[in-house]
Amino acid sequence: MIGRQKHCIALEDFSREEILQVLDLAVSMKEVLRRPIKKVPSLRGKSVVNLFFEASTRTRSSFEIAAKTLSADCLNWTSASSSVTKGETLIDTARNLEAMRPDVLVIRHSAGGAPRLVADHVGCAVVSAGDGAHEHPSQGLLDCFTVRERLGTLEGKTLAIVGDVSHSRVARSDLHAFPKLGARVRLCGPPTMMPSGVEKLGCTVHTDLRAAVEGADAVIMLRIQHERIGDPLIPNTREYSKLWGLNARKAADWLKPGALVLHPGPINRGVELSPEVADGPASVILDQVQNGVAVRMAILYLLAGGDAAEAKA
Amino acid sequence: MDAEQIERAVGRLAQEIADRARAAGAADALAIVGIRRGGVHLAARLRLALTRLLGHEPPVGTLDIALYRDDLSARGVAPVVGPTDIRFPVQGKTIVLVDDVLYTGRTVRAALDELVDFGRPRRVWLAVLVDRGGHELPIAADFAGAHLQVADGQDVQVRLHEDGQGADVVLTTGRVP
Repeated sequence: MIGRQKHCIALEDFSREEILQVLDLAVSMKEVLRRPIKKVPSLRGKSVVNLFFEASTRTRSSFEIAAKTLSADCLNWTSASSSVTKGETLIDTARNLEAMRPDVLVIRHSAGGAPRLVADHVGCAVVSAGDGAHEHPSQGLLDCFTVRERLGTLEGKTLAIVGDVSHSRVARSDLHAFPKLGARVRLCGPPTMMPSGVEKLGCTVHTDLRAAVEGADAVIMLRIQHERIGDPLIPNTREYSKLWGLNARKAADWLKPGALVLHPGPINRGVELSPEVADGPASVILDQVQNGVAVRMAILYLLAGGDAAEAKA
Repeated sequence: MDAEQIERAVGRLAQEIADRARAAGAADALAIVGIRRGGVHLAARLRLALTRLLGHEPPVGTLDIALYRDDLSARGVAPVVGPTDIRFPVQGKTIVLVDDVLYTGRTVRAALDELVDFGRPRRVWLAVLVDRGGHELPIAADFAGAHLQVADGQDVQVRLHEDGQGADVVLTTGRVP
């Protein structure tokens, strides 16, 4: 259990305390990753099933390393090689996997709400590894962890999220997490990629990149999804890059000293981020990858470690 | 035990550890590791005393055994995990594992498992302030400040002033069944 949460599906449901519980535990988990022997026996005899209906390398590997570092058994299940191609429904697939008695199901799906639907039909803990344009909670938590680790606190800090906000589950999770930890959020991107009424979530909306990143303590650059390019939302990558991409010159002129640059990956180099910025001193992109393992260890430990039913007994 | 008795016990523990370390030719390779949370302050005190006795400061570290517990599933709620902090190479060292109370021995079992994940020590000694009996594993203290006869339902609490709870004291609480 993470506080009252039996699952980790949406940071919208998480309280400040529940988010902090994961982040604080992840500090200890990160220490485990630095040891000569990177393995602890906490989840020995537990099993984690990665159920991925959408392509992913980073997130799936990250959950797999997290599970294995905690000594859990980890099974990877991808839809391309499964019965989904034979017409099995999501719930049937999940129920069949559950019959093998895993302790945690990690699900990525192209449809928002899929992890919640599965959680309602299975008994084990469910962790979302990203669902449609809904949320990507572990990414939101690792973004918080990375910025907090570098800046010491999120209280009073300003964060800019730049890119295709309306299709980004990362943006949505960040937007639900950072303000709970005391940070202000500015959103920036093409007006066609900004959900209407998003200010109601307590952020400010900008179309001008300079206005969004100037004075910010951290900037999260979102990936522009290739499939969106050429459709009416943005005419071409050159225009996008010119108006909303971050290059060395803009970073030097506009970012305040010590400001961090984050990106959930994979980067489109030269589109939303120039290589000089992605590999530059402000970039914490590789920290994010390492911290992702620690944060996912914390999530798995809290959800698989205890059994709610046994706690009541 | 009151503050004065605890101080004498810690001094005696340090003397015994120093003597044994010299006899084993391990005085230069000694390191102290406190088990969180009860062993941490004791480890710091032993380090201070051993620095005087040995003429050099042995390295000190901290182990948090939460990730190595054997009762994770049975506890319901996952235990709080604190920091483990060992910044010296464990390889070849003579490690003095320090805890406040030795009871079932399960904490020490977990601590040994965790310790060897940092390397292969030359040897490990166990030093505790109080050995209260009731061991459930073949684990014994190499150095004990005191041996107490305490019934199973009772709890032995070591309170040290570093915790901000007043003067040092060892209390036995709970009813005898």
